[in-house]
Amino acid sequence: MSQASRTLFEKVWDAHLVRAATPDTPAVLYVDLHLVHEVTSPQAFAALRERGLRVRRPDRTVATMDHSTPTTPRPAGSFPVIVDAEAAAQVRALVDNCQAAGIPLFPLGDDRQGIVHVISPELGLTRPGMTIVCGDSHTSTHGAFGALAFGIGTSEVAHVLATQCLLAWPPKTLAVTVSGRLARGVTAKDLILALIAKIGVGGATGHVIEYRGSAVGALSMEERMTVCNMSIEAGGRAGMVAPDDTTYEYLAGRPYAPKGAEWERALALWRALPTDEGAVFDREVTLDGSAIEPMITWGTNPGAAIPIRGVVPEPRGDASVARALAYMGLEPGEPILGRRVDVAFIGSCTNGRLSDLRLAASVLAGRRVADGVRALVVPGSMQVKRQAEAEGLDRVFRAAGAEWREPGCSMCIAMNGDRLEPGRYAVSTSNRNFEGRQGPGGRTLLASPLTAAAAAVTGRVTDARELMR
Amino acid sequence: MERFRTLTGRTLLLPLDDVDTDQIIPARFLKGTTRTGLGAGLFSDRRYATDGTPRPEFPLNRPEAAGAPVLVVGRNFGCGSSREHAVWALVDQGFRAVIATSFADIFRGNALKNGLLPVALAPEAHARVASAAGAEVTVDLVGQAVTLPDGTRAPFAVDPFARHCLMEGIDELEFLLGQEGAITTYEAAQGHVPMGGSR
Repeated sequence: MSQASRTLFEKVWDAHLVRAATPDTPAVLYVDLHLVHEVTSPQAFAALRERGLRVRRPDRTVATMDHSTPTTPRPAGSFPVIVDAEAAAQVRALVDNCQAAGIPLFPLGDDRQGIVHVISPELGLTRPGMTIVCGDSHTSTHGAFGALAFGIGTSEVAHVLATQCLLAWPPKTLAVTVSGRLARGVTAKDLILALIAKIGVGGATGHVIEYRGSAVGALSMEERMTVCNMSIEAGGRAGMVAPDDTTYEYLAGRPYAPKGAEWERALALWRALPTDEGAVFDREVTLDGSAIEPMITWGTNPGAAIPIRGVVPEPRGDASVARALAYMGLEPGEPILGRRVDVAFIGSCTNGRLSDLRLAASVLAGRRVADGVRALVVPGSMQVKRQAEAEGLDRVFRAAGAEWREPGCSMCIAMNGDRLEPGRYAVSTSNRNFEGRQGPGGRTLLASPLTAAAAAVTGRVTDARELMR
Repeated sequence: MERFRTLTGRTLLLPLDDVDTDQIIPARFLKGTTRTGLGAGLFSDRRYATDGTPRPEFPLNRPEAAGAPVLVVGRNFGCGSSREHAVWALVDQGFRAVIATSFADIFRGNALKNGLLPVALAPEAHARVASAAGAEVTVDLVGQAVTLPDGTRAPFAVDPFARHCLMEGIDELEFLLGQEGAITTYEAAQGHVPMGGSR
């Protein structure tokens, strides 16, 4: 073990130090890319105005609208209308703030609009070795490219707007090594749910996770994004995967990716990013990827996940388990398989990409959504929507009786009109099953796109492997 | 920003672990463009029945909640979403400190930037505070200790920089703005070019 051996995280961190931390002051960390959306930015722009400050690097800032925007299907070519007056005002504030500061904005109606964590990678804005922040905890998604990416609060959004920097203490590092290879019918979503179930919702607090091992290396970029996306659900400050040929193949030719000689120069830098042999992590966790089963949650945080053929746990004196069971209307010891569901939600920054929609379509093709079940399929971006339609996935969903909606956060976060009704059960491909997350009183079971599609078809929690041809 | 040195006041106990920011303030309250008035949404789904009437059993609705500036909760408080609205709502309600056994990272940072002190106590000291819910405690940021109802002092760790900023009433942004020279030097050394591509 040499002193010079560094982890992927340490390399990215070191390269962005405007000033290293001292015992009394945190590091000043340079931000390469600041992603902005309508919900967590207006108060930050206002803070700059109050102080007479300008946005320092509008050329390193990109904005879109996704959280409070409607996903209601609309005729092709028609412009979206926001009925909710508050949401409309918030969206208008983003337009005004971006115009005043010269920040590029992909607004509703633009062909590049979508969930912020879906559009930045697909446009090639997200690249290895970058520091990326956004006023959104699922910014961890971008770590899939070997970027250091994390969510920040609105005060910090103002810091970055004004200085392109953040104050941060060096976090600890956690290596999560997943050996083997995921079995058929087991997805990246199942992998990350299995990890959170193992280490808990606070299990990675204070740490940046690096996902490693053969099962991680075999994942596509979209699958790696699903894994890194939910790092925050284990409390992780960020989640990262070392860049490799999968990363470079994904990036090549994307609109904002470097081209020609710039590409070659970037590639040489990216190839030096992976963790050095002998580098030491503060903590290590291992998982046998081959043993992971399709997972689903029974409770009110993402750590409450069990294999789909498992049973709902006993409280054993744990008041929070008892409370979660009461909220979810589930009995200890009951199999989760066969539980009746009302809604299947396929979408979000976790599972709203093309490969997720293909998985869902593979189950829904030639089948019908069960009577009494509402199935929503919400592409993560306009680009995803176009690609899915080019492949005919929209026709598969419509023919099955599912709703094919416009891009946005949709029912992952009940603030845009898409909402789970009180007492109803939803199998959701999103990231949070917190009480009320999908709507007051709504009951969320987090799972993969395969499992959500299978539930749509049968109206019950189902092991999708039984439906796979 | 207002200075924070010591705070003496009654505690309000919310004996829950892993309280996420969606519970602290549900997303439907995030559609505004200001930091004010968010107390109305604080713990809304727990505090009010679906018809809007207060649930009398919820701690925030009990008479002793009025004027209690110290919220006592369990472990991993503020997990989930990065929404700073959660902190603004707690501050709007009148809380100035939260005592837990641990906090989620983003929540802790957000709290420190808004004059809401996150105090992580060792489990044993935390249990003593929780068992004397409603009693008066003193949170001493200068001495980094909580004086418990039984008179003993329980130490807590706090980010030294945030502590300095809170004690002197300095906004962290002021410090960052003072780094302008170093930031410009860094950018020049990196040869940072615009993001490139086909903008």
